[in-house]
Amino acid sequence: MKYLPFLWHSLWRSKTRTGFTLASIMVAFMLYALLQTVDAAFNRGAKISGTQRLITSSLYTITESIPLAFGQAIASTPGVKEVSSSTWFGASYREDKNRFAMFAADHLHHFDVIKEITLPKEQKEAWARTRTGIVVGKGLAERFGFKIGDRIPIKSDIWGQKNGSYTWDFDIVGIYQPADADNDLRTNNAYLRYDYFDEARSFRNGTVSLFIFNVKDGYNTAAVADAIDKQAANSPNETKSQTEAQFSQQFAKQLGDIGIIISGILGAVFFTLIILTGNTMMQSVRERIPELAVLKTLGFKDGQVMGMVLAESLLLCVLGSAAGVALGALATAALRKPLREFFPVFIMPGETVAWALGLGAIIALAVGIPPAVRALRLSIVDALAGR
Amino acid sequence: MSSLQQITAVTAMNLKTIPQRWGSSGVIVIGIAGVVGVLVSVLAMSVGFKKTLASTGSPDRAIVLREGANAELSSSVTRDTVLTLGELPGVAKNAAGQPLVSAEASVILNVPKHGVKANVSMRGLSLAGVALRKEFKLTDGRLYTPGLREVIVGAQAASEFDGLELGKSLHFREADWTVVGHFTTNGDVHESELWADGETVLAAYRRNLYQSAIVQLVDEKAFEPFKKAVKADARVQVDVFQEPAYYAEQSKALSTVINVMGTTVAAIMAVGALFGALNSLYAAVATRAKEIATLRAIGFGGISVVVSVVVEALLLAGLGGALGGGVAWLMFNGFSVSTLNFASFSQVAFKLTVSPALLMKGLFWSLAIGLVGALLPAIKAARMSVADALRAS
Repeated sequence: MKYLPFLWHSLWRSKTRTGFTLASIMVAFMLYALLQTVDAAFNRGAKISGTQRLITSSLYTITESIPLAFGQAIASTPGVKEVSSSTWFGASYREDKNRFAMFAADHLHHFDVIKEITLPKEQKEAWARTRTGIVVGKGLAERFGFKIGDRIPIKSDIWGQKNGSYTWDFDIVGIYQPADADNDLRTNNAYLRYDYFDEARSFRNGTVSLFIFNVKDGYNTAAVADAIDKQAANSPNETKSQTEAQFSQQFAKQLGDIGIIISGILGAVFFTLIILTGNTMMQSVRERIPELAVLKTLGFKDGQVMGMVLAESLLLCVLGSAAGVALGALATAALRKPLREFFPVFIMPGETVAWALGLGAIIALAVGIPPAVRALRLSIVDALAGR
Repeated sequence: MSSLQQITAVTAMNLKTIPQRWGSSGVIVIGIAGVVGVLVSVLAMSVGFKKTLASTGSPDRAIVLREGANAELSSSVTRDTVLTLGELPGVAKNAAGQPLVSAEASVILNVPKHGVKANVSMRGLSLAGVALRKEFKLTDGRLYTPGLREVIVGAQAASEFDGLELGKSLHFREADWTVVGHFTTNGDVHESELWADGETVLAAYRRNLYQSAIVQLVDEKAFEPFKKAVKADARVQVDVFQEPAYYAEQSKALSTVINVMGTTVAAIMAVGALFGALNSLYAAVATRAKEIATLRAIGFGGISVVVSVVVEALLLAGLGGALGGGVAWLMFNGFSVSTLNFASFSQVAFKLTVSPALLMKGLFWSLAIGLVGALLPAIKAARMSVADALRAS
């Protein structure tokens, strides 16, 4: 520690050079933080979903429907708590580009099944009274400026009403709040009442996209899922039951391997960074050879001089990575609003900081070892003679 | 000595010294190669995806969907509508005088892709509908037999998903479907699909409505009059699109996302590379301080010094750009990937395409970074006090 001022001083020996190098390290780590955030945004759905919660949908694809009546069979399967259903509505508000996720749900049970979102009691009662009522997430309400009492037109790109219109008028009767608002995609969703929806739509009546329910403690989710799917086996509507986490993951996986693309980009970034910083470190040590020789003359051991060069590299890289991640966190916060449509949840994962500092240290070793070894092998006589 | 001769002389002298300082010059080359490599590779996805969708269909064919439905998935078309469409002007007829209109069903299947279930689009159509596609070529096996549960598989689907080889069977809707043929359609989006007999598909899914109708027009120019006639006909409530326009529209959302992300990442990397370039150009100017001062002292102008620094930077940057683009081209051009197309909610396979325009874009970026990076060091070099520089040890 007592060498810190000395290290600091020699680090800033050439201000422009160290400044530019530090800046490029910061940029690399800022990019690291941003890309980790993007990666997390793609996989977020899987992380927030429950593992004690099951989803039953058509065996074939989620675009197929299953009969509402099958909900009875699910509810009577041992281990199953309350059952809600969910049917994709394909909603957009006023313009086609204002798309959002809206589902027809069982208004009597939905908030009992998905406990992470809460709706005040009087709003729940209002929903039970109002057939054309919908409840919206806090994030969605902020996005479009929705307030309780608003009557809004929502266009569906799938469901026409019996009167032929694809535009539905709904009353906003409640605004729900997720417990973990920053991490919950559902803050950007809305729910309408299934009973009203099914009565008004012109086709596929009596069917739902999926059932969602919790499994009682002490029951094995896989066994419950199996028991449910067996009841539908060999019927025209075979089902597939899986945990909510597995269900969410299958969407992220279908997009392709985002993780590989991001790793590829980061590989290129860090390769470039190592070459760049390595060159600077080498240059900096080369210039200081006479000084290092003086240090050795004064009695500093070879190992100490080598340690000092390594420590300098470590200081530079760790400082750069910490500042870069801090910048990344700021950039993430600034981008959250403009990117809301693509990434409803855009937050830097906490572990990014630790990873960045660790990577910073690894890079410090990679770029610090060659000049450090050179400092170690330095012969005083040759160095002072300028050979 | 004219100023042009001065410039050439100083620049040539400078370039000759580059090999002596490969270490720091290499930083510019590698730094910029990294930026351009990432830019070109990421945008190659967008170019490839766009190319696959935009090359789908023919301008002399129209796709008809339910009014307001923006994709086949959310559309439905009745048999009556299909018959009515055939009566409208501009529709081509076969030798027997029947209109060339193909009613098409579209469903989504789960087929494993490297072991993970993926959504694959299955199109149900008649053999006449297949014949309507002039780009269709059967590459292996035979066509499906109407009425039987047989499928033919697009070339991209066959290579991207598991278990679609000839003779293999797929189990869905309580029955086995046999793969009897493989086909190509000129590299377009249909190559990611499975095709089967339309009526058999509808029966298996217990549906009575088709999703879309493909109409063969007499020629490209017949589209507008046909569209007008459709809109004027009270019997049908449908939207009409020229095929290429419809598919190009589908590629918009995803290619915009890829473009924005790729450009943003590359722009941030460019800032990092710029710092690296500044570092090595300042170092280059510092090593040449004496030489530059000497030149100035014997009468060379400041401008020739500036130009020599800028040319060096552009040369190294251009080299970096070419290297980055070249590596991206070698590694990724023609590389086949597939993703979920949200418009159809099914997988579309496409090949990463490093187009000449993309390479030019990369080169442009590299030169821009070089130019910006060279400016400050060049000005510093030109402003250097001759006396101080000569006195410096």
